[in-house]
Amino acid sequence: MSRPKVLIPIALGTNRDADLADAFRLAGADPETVPIADLRNGVRQMADYQILAVPGGFSYGDALGAGRLLGLDLIGWFGDQLRDAVAAGKPIFGVCNGFQALVRTGLLPGDSGTASTLAENESERFECRWVTLNPSPASVWTAELTEPLRCPVAHGEGQFVSGNLQGLTERDGVVLRYSSGGYPNNPNGSAGDVAGVTDATGMILGLMPHPENHVHSWQDPLRGRTPGGNCLPLFQAGVRAA
Amino acid sequence: MDEGAIDISVVGTVTEPNDVYAFVVGPGHEDRAALERARLFELPVDRLVRFRLVHLRASLVDGDLGRLASELCVDPVGGWWELATSLHQAAPGEDDLLIETGLRPGVTDREGAELVRASAQLGLGVQAATIGTRWIVSGSLSELQVVQLAERVLHNDVIERWAPEHLEPSFVGSISGAPATQSVTVRGLDADGLAEVNSARRLGLDPEEMQVISHHYADLGRDPTDAELETLAQTWSEHCAHKTFRAHISVTEADGSTTEVDGLLKSYLRAATDRIDAPWVRSAFVDNAGIVQFDDDFDIALKAETHNHPSALEPFGGANTGVGGVVRDILGVSAKPISVSDILCFGPEDTEPRSLPDGVLHPKRVREGVIAGVGDYGNKIGVPNIAGAIVHDPRYTTTPLVFAGCIGLLPTGSNPTNAQAGDSIVVLGGAVGRDGVGGATFSSQTMGVETADVAGSSVQIGDPIVEKGLIDVVLEARDAKLYSAITDCGAGGLSSAVGEMAEELGARVDLALVPRKYSGLAPWEVWLSEAQERMVMAVPDPAPLIELAKRWSVDSAVIGTFTGEGRLVVVDGDDTVIDISCDFLHEGRPKRQMTATISAPEHVEATAAALENVDPMGDLLKILAHPSVRSNEDVVRTFDHEIMGGTVVRPYGGPHGDGPADGTTQIPPGTTSGRAMTIGIGINALMGDLDSYAMAWSVIDEAIRNAVLGGANPDQLSLLDNFAWGKPTNPETLGQIVAACRACHDAALHFNAPFVSGKDSLYNEFVRPDGTPDPVAPTLVITAVGLVDNPAGVPLTGAVRPGNEVWLVGPAAGALGGSHYEAVHPAIELGEGGAVAQPNTDALDTHRAVAEAIANGIVESGHDLAEGGLAVAAAEWAFAGRVGLTLDSAEITNDPHVLFGEGPTRYLLEVDPANSGSVEAIPGARRIGSVVDSDTVTVGPMSVTLADIETAYRGHIR
Repeated sequence: MSRPKVLIPIALGTNRDADLADAFRLAGADPETVPIADLRNGVRQMADYQILAVPGGFSYGDALGAGRLLGLDLIGWFGDQLRDAVAAGKPIFGVCNGFQALVRTGLLPGDSGTASTLAENESERFECRWVTLNPSPASVWTAELTEPLRCPVAHGEGQFVSGNLQGLTERDGVVLRYSSGGYPNNPNGSAGDVAGVTDATGMILGLMPHPENHVHSWQDPLRGRTPGGNCLPLFQAGVRAA
Repeated sequence: MDEGAIDISVVGTVTEPNDVYAFVVGPGHEDRAALERARLFELPVDRLVRFRLVHLRASLVDGDLGRLASELCVDPVGGWWELATSLHQAAPGEDDLLIETGLRPGVTDREGAELVRASAQLGLGVQAATIGTRWIVSGSLSELQVVQLAERVLHNDVIERWAPEHLEPSFVGSISGAPATQSVTVRGLDADGLAEVNSARRLGLDPEEMQVISHHYADLGRDPTDAELETLAQTWSEHCAHKTFRAHISVTEADGSTTEVDGLLKSYLRAATDRIDAPWVRSAFVDNAGIVQFDDDFDIALKAETHNHPSALEPFGGANTGVGGVVRDILGVSAKPISVSDILCFGPEDTEPRSLPDGVLHPKRVREGVIAGVGDYGNKIGVPNIAGAIVHDPRYTTTPLVFAGCIGLLPTGSNPTNAQAGDSIVVLGGAVGRDGVGGATFSSQTMGVETADVAGSSVQIGDPIVEKGLIDVVLEARDAKLYSAITDCGAGGLSSAVGEMAEELGARVDLALVPRKYSGLAPWEVWLSEAQERMVMAVPDPAPLIELAKRWSVDSAVIGTFTGEGRLVVVDGDDTVIDISCDFLHEGRPKRQMTATISAPEHVEATAAALENVDPMGDLLKILAHPSVRSNEDVVRTFDHEIMGGTVVRPYGGPHGDGPADGTTQIPPGTTSGRAMTIGIGINALMGDLDSYAMAWSVIDEAIRNAVLGGANPDQLSLLDNFAWGKPTNPETLGQIVAACRACHDAALHFNAPFVSGKDSLYNEFVRPDGTPDPVAPTLVITAVGLVDNPAGVPLTGAVRPGNEVWLVGPAAGALGGSHYEAVHPAIELGEGGAVAQPNTDALDTHRAVAEAIANGIVESGHDLAEGGLAVAAAEWAFAGRVGLTLDSAEITNDPHVLFGEGPTRYLLEVDPANSGSVEAIPGARRIGSVVDSDTVTVGPMSVTLADIETAYRGHIR
């Protein structure tokens, strides 16, 4: 089988694109990072890719709220292609700043009439630490995970706030939760320990933590105490679904 | 005319009032950090709530403002906006006050710029935007207290402005009547006359240098232009020319004899590197950064910088641009930045605010701002911050220190350094403004009460997003071989960057081609502005480079050519601004003649009285809680140390991620040899005054110990030096520097570890209003970078397995002079605690043997003995691994020299009993105890629980 192509769009200030590309490559896909200008002027088209993955970073310096301006770009310059990709059932992934941007576009959580946002961390500061994520299977990305994922977070605005968390929970939209116990296990104070959410189809996954930074065994800070690299299956699942 | 005081506020212009909008965005946020600062100054404030304040100059029609506010500024969940004048939701209560703050026009305002850009995307005509803050203050403050609150807590006058009630919108406009190039009379002036020119323009030149300039221009039959004089001052500044480290020094030795030293750099630092002649060194001391071999395909570039003066005045901006600057140094040798590090020195956080002289920010505020500035830049450019240290000492209160390091990766031999006559001069990156004029001369002088008033223009805010784009363009241009030489635009702006590149060839530049933020700048300002985030290249064919920059949204301009004529010629359209021979600019400076006096180190044996009433447990907990020893995990967690996915050993590790690591280790992204690199840092604020020779050896040994525990091969280390001292014109101060340089030389030769790059920051001295100097603690930071062949085998952070043996390498007892034991015992005067730890001149064999044991996989974990000696190392190590330790061999006694003494080349190693035969080969290693399955750490006669250790070591972390 040929390797599915992953479109990784980057704006000024995107900085975890190489990490994301590395994870998808390892998972058997063929990632390509594409400057947002190339989407704007049509040099690259989503129709030629099987997966869309929006990477982390500080697009436009987080000006006016993290992910807001990248979200504006995606809708303004790329909105039709985005809707086509959703309609075609292509796996879509947004991590950290990419998650923030997908929430700004309304694709995530995607329940009409309910606004969501990623607010400043409860600690009021940037947090870089390893967390444990308990998966639930309502998304193609997480359906086959057999153990909690461990990976770092690195963000200042990751507190998931939903206008209707109960509704989101009832439809199984929350597919990754921080291990409980409050701060620092839940590094940003998200109600319900929400770390990652999916849309109603289960094809779109957005999350604040960085599973792309735990796909090699040597990335594990518990070196020697665990096998390591345990986030790779998440990417393999997305690649299989493409 | 007073050219010294450059006020950027004149840039603001009045616009048509009906074009200007001001609105507030909610909800407000309580600012607890600001409240804490207000209380520090004993201001009766109960609550501080901040809102975002947006100022626009725009042509809007009905409904546009609402659309702009709600689509671009308001959060969809719970957010709202209202006009600044409506005072409906963002309004002060009956007894509350309203204060508004905002950036001064011309200060980098990324959010404002993005708001303009995004508005255009929505089809809205916004010409300018700035984002400020509205504060609602609860509390009963007098008028004077309101001013104090605004000036000391809510804003920094260097980059911001404030108003009670409403802040008038103000935008960058232009200054009418741009000043032309002027000539400055220096010919025929006597010493006093020259001194007056020197001080009026804040040139910071030596009297002999002013004389040489005066004579040079007398020979030419004209006076210099303002731009020529400023260029000479920049090029000859301590910052750029390292005059002290290149000076001829007459040294009066401790025994009264005299030694002549022809340049510290040449005689000691570079001399050691030349003698070692290490095959892995590709380039040392010649470029923006040192370059050493990494593997068969790649080299790494190393650099550590200081940004002390700006950080004292505007902590966020100073530290921010400090990181930006050192990252550009790495980019300036065509390397991809892959890690940053930060070593920060502050005054005590509990400094009595009223004891601070005017013009000095409180250490708490400096610390907060510097940490935020370091994090902001590193996190946003996406380079992991993997190493650092924080030191607190009263001698950093008026002169805080900020050291920023960066490591880069480049394919072997890919940094071109062969500019040719005819190459175009291309500048990439940000446009020029009046901010950041005169940074090199400013940072080469002592600071005083008035410095903050005049230095505003020397301090800037960085724009990491622009620098991220710059990195992408430079690396692609490097791989496409589009340039023949590159350098960064740092202190001195184009004057330094082009001046240095043109040293051999000469150049002709037209300032009219340099992109500007606004019109109205004097030519010399354009030439000297340190606008951040810029690189300068020599480019044979600029067209493809300009095209590449466009694709990455990075500004670029061709501003001149390298001529091959040996003259630096700068014009502004038709006007000649500079016409000076490169020879005079670079070789004309008279060598400084200086004198140094070396004092005999203080070696006083401990008095019995000083060591009476030993309370080892209390001492241990006190040292663990000392601000230079306690955990900095809360700070490190605000820095992204994971990005790029290459981090193997983090600054904090162990099963709970809260134990201090020694060396930190990273696999450079994109390499395939499986090799890693590790960084070890050494710094000590307490020993330098007692014996700066011993201090320098000690921090080199410490950096190497850390690197060895990070997995380094001690036979292929490279070193970076950073000196931060007071005024070198004081012979005693210079004597300390001479001694430290000698130690660097001797230790480098002993360890066969060359220095590849360094930086000296001098004049770190605050002059109090009554004229008393307040010099910084003599500080040397050493960064050791080593290569790790087997990253998977690096010892774990924290002790691991009960039942394992604990081995001590090195003597059980250390020295108490200049130790942290002494620091927590105010009753012991400096020196009375005993001799300062002396250099171990047999250290290399020990480091090698420890490294070999690590390479053989028999060291499960390890920790070095540093601040606080054996007891502190044992406590940290056990806590990190959440296991108990019993160190009960006979030599572990109650003597504070054993428990808390400090000294070089000492390690604790954890070894499986089956492997104990192999560690016996390490010189001076013997078993002193075991890892045990308990929550108690026993060191000789003393026991503490892990819970006690945790409370002392990290109880301050919320």
